[in-house]
Amino acid sequence: MNDGISTIEQQVLRDYKYGFVTNIEADEAPRGLNEDIIRFISAKKQEPEWMLEWRLKAYRHWLKMEEPKWANIKYDPINYQDIIYYSAPKQKKAPKSLDEIDPELKRTFEKLGISLEEQKRLTGVAVDAVIDSVSIATTFKEQLAEQGIIFCSMSEAIREHPELVKKYLGSVVPVTDNYFSALNSAVFSDGSFCYIPEGVRCPMELSTYFRINAENTGQFERTLIVAEKGSYVSYLEGCTAPMRDENQLHAAVVELVAMENAEIKYSTVQNWYPGDKDGVGGIYNFVTKRGICLGDHSKISWTQVETGSAITWKYPSVILKGDYSVGEFYSVAVTNNHQQADTGTKMQHIGKHTRSRIVSKGISAGFSNNSYRGLVNVSKNAVNARNFSQCDSLLLGDKCGAHTFPYIEVKNNTAIVEHEATTSKIGEDQLFYCNQRGIDTETAVALIINGFAKEVMNQLPMEFAVEAQKLLAISLEGSVG
Amino acid sequence: MLSIHNLHAGIEDKKILKGINLTINRGEVHAIMGPNGSGKSTLASVLAGREHFEVTEGTVEFDGKNLLELAPEERAGEGLFLAFQYPVEIPGLTTTNFIKTAVNEVRKYRGEEPLDAVGFLKLMKEKMALMEMPQSLLSRSLNEGFSGGEKKRNEIFQMAMLQPKLAILDETDSGLDIDAIRIVANGVNKFRNENNAVLVITHYQRLLDYIVPDYVHVLYNGRIVKSGTRDLALELEEKGYDFIKNEVEAV
Ligand SMILES: Nc1ncnc2c1ncn2[C@@H]1O[C@H](COP(=O)(O)OP(=O)(O)OP(=O)(O)O)[C@@H](O)[C@H]1O
Ligand SMILES: [Mg+2]
Repeated sequence: MNDGISTIEQQVLRDYKYGFVTNIEADEAPRGLNEDIIRFISAKKQEPEWMLEWRLKAYRHWLKMEEPKWANIKYDPINYQDIIYYSAPKQKKAPKSLDEIDPELKRTFEKLGISLEEQKRLTGVAVDAVIDSVSIATTFKEQLAEQGIIFCSMSEAIREHPELVKKYLGSVVPVTDNYFSALNSAVFSDGSFCYIPEGVRCPMELSTYFRINAENTGQFERTLIVAEKGSYVSYLEGCTAPMRDENQLHAAVVELVAMENAEIKYSTVQNWYPGDKDGVGGIYNFVTKRGICLGDHSKISWTQVETGSAITWKYPSVILKGDYSVGEFYSVAVTNNHQQADTGTKMQHIGKHTRSRIVSKGISAGFSNNSYRGLVNVSKNAVNARNFSQCDSLLLGDKCGAHTFPYIEVKNNTAIVEHEATTSKIGEDQLFYCNQRGIDTETAVALIINGFAKEVMNQLPMEFAVEAQKLLAISLEGSVG
Repeated sequence: MLSIHNLHAGIEDKKILKGINLTINRGEVHAIMGPNGSGKSTLASVLAGREHFEVTEGTVEFDGKNLLELAPEERAGEGLFLAFQYPVEIPGLTTTNFIKTAVNEVRKYRGEEPLDAVGFLKLMKEKMALMEMPQSLLSRSLNEGFSGGEKKRNEIFQMAMLQPKLAILDETDSGLDIDAIRIVANGVNKFRNENNAVLVITHYQRLLDYIVPDYVHVLYNGRIVKSGTRDLALELEEKGYDFIKNEVEAV
């Protein structure tokens, strides 16, 4: 260890502890994409005709679209015909209870720190677990149902609650919204559905764990959360994948709908496989997340801790339609080695007295590239809209990049929009100061970044904050010294 | 406890320390004085293990160990503490959290159990009273926006918390008002005992009225050119460094 910062090239390959593969037989679609594949997926899921039509419409639209090129990311062209669009772990029959789940699968979730059994008994977090393309298990269903809360896989929702799905699916992110959302609409295989009835405060955290396991597959999950008047829900998703030297595509769509006085808090701890230290392999994470504050005084809050993926392309947004509605975006994005992240948010102020708050913390190390891209849009009738944005970047070493692209469009002159941005570097003098107090460099970096990211981490549900903090430290292991 | 033999160190091609010899025993207080740029902070940094200084010659033994072989955090673990001339700021990291981590890392190095929240708080309360350290500083980001004097107080507070064997204080008195000097000196005096030692780097003999040194050394152009007792400090105060320079050049 000589000059703490400049020896970044010598960094060791960090440990991706989620990089195991589970040996489970999979039921897969052939590679490639065409209308037959979509029919195959729809049939596998025993979907009604209207759903198939919806998918086909999306597919036909997708064919006419072009992959977006504006993000500050570089990658070789994706061959969409080389991907397997459906892969389901083979189970003899659909599990009726947790006891019927393939033990190998159960072990997978235990390795991930999600023991479905334990979850059931202890933690009071309801979990939906999605492996490759299908939902494996949802815990706490019955207890939630007593209060009228629906928490199930998307496939089940399509079968059991078609009227809700029909009404809201695609209502926030239209099928034609963008290239990846159109693709997702055509081929999505599962995801979580969550409905909170009027006046109900969801008594526990709802959570989904996504896991890509099979080779050559893409994961295209679809999540929809509807919070009726005066309801509240806090939802958390976590994601991991095995280490593979191919790039795998993950193109999810998440839609949130909040009615009058409702609040949705959506947290993500994203830890897809980021590729190795030379940038080989890793997940391409192209995700569309959007919420709409439909009712007055409603609130949607996105919190994300993004540490994984080779490429992250993701802009969780809020449409502030109801008067006095509030949108929030709290983000920590860590990039190391050759990772690239282009992430941020869109706050669209439509209703009167709407408020939004953006706190983005980018941490870059190695040869990585980390961009914040945000749009604050205040439309003509949005009287007294308020926005505050804070975008901070922290650099480790001098071969990484941090960029900020804040776009502001204001069409109502009563709006107040504030933007602050800082860039700082973990200095050799800071590390030496910590060393002199007995703190080694790795621990010092963790301390400094946790301090840097604190404002965002504080937004995470308690149960996950500690895990997320560790994840930050792990992601940067070996990036200094 | 500390013995430095013929220590040479520099940065790139620049020679800064040109053969330092110094021995410090348990229970002693040594003061180093010397003109600006003579190498006082460099000596402190080299002892603490700052990597950008290269040691080209000489040895340093600390409590029977070859100090130069140890990483900076190991030196801290062994009980070497440096109160920085310019303490750094770390935004977002609270002073309390920083000190708690430091205390527990040093304990870990010594094979001791980490202090739990209660134990740590108790220790902190005790040292806060001893050092007259205001609570408000401890809940703020480390040194961020602290006044010059507050930063120095924080250094001495950390010394009290970590209980090192050897504390090197690099111009801890500069920037302190008269009351603060007394408080800091008080803290150092309460810290002193027959098992530890203090090396004070200062420009002003005023501090030495409070922290009475057993030995005073003059560092000039990378060498200790004169050593003596307290009276040497008084003499320097009166005559300035010129008489030393003249003596050195005469040799
Ligand atoms: N990082 C560095 N790069 C180049 N020169 C350096 C560096 N650090 C110290 N020096 C030089 O080494 C010499 C000794 O510096 P040092 O800080 O040790 O002096 P000092 O005795 O502590 O002075 P002061 O009383 O002003 O604090 C100076 O000439 C200084 O410019
Ligand atoms: Mg100095």
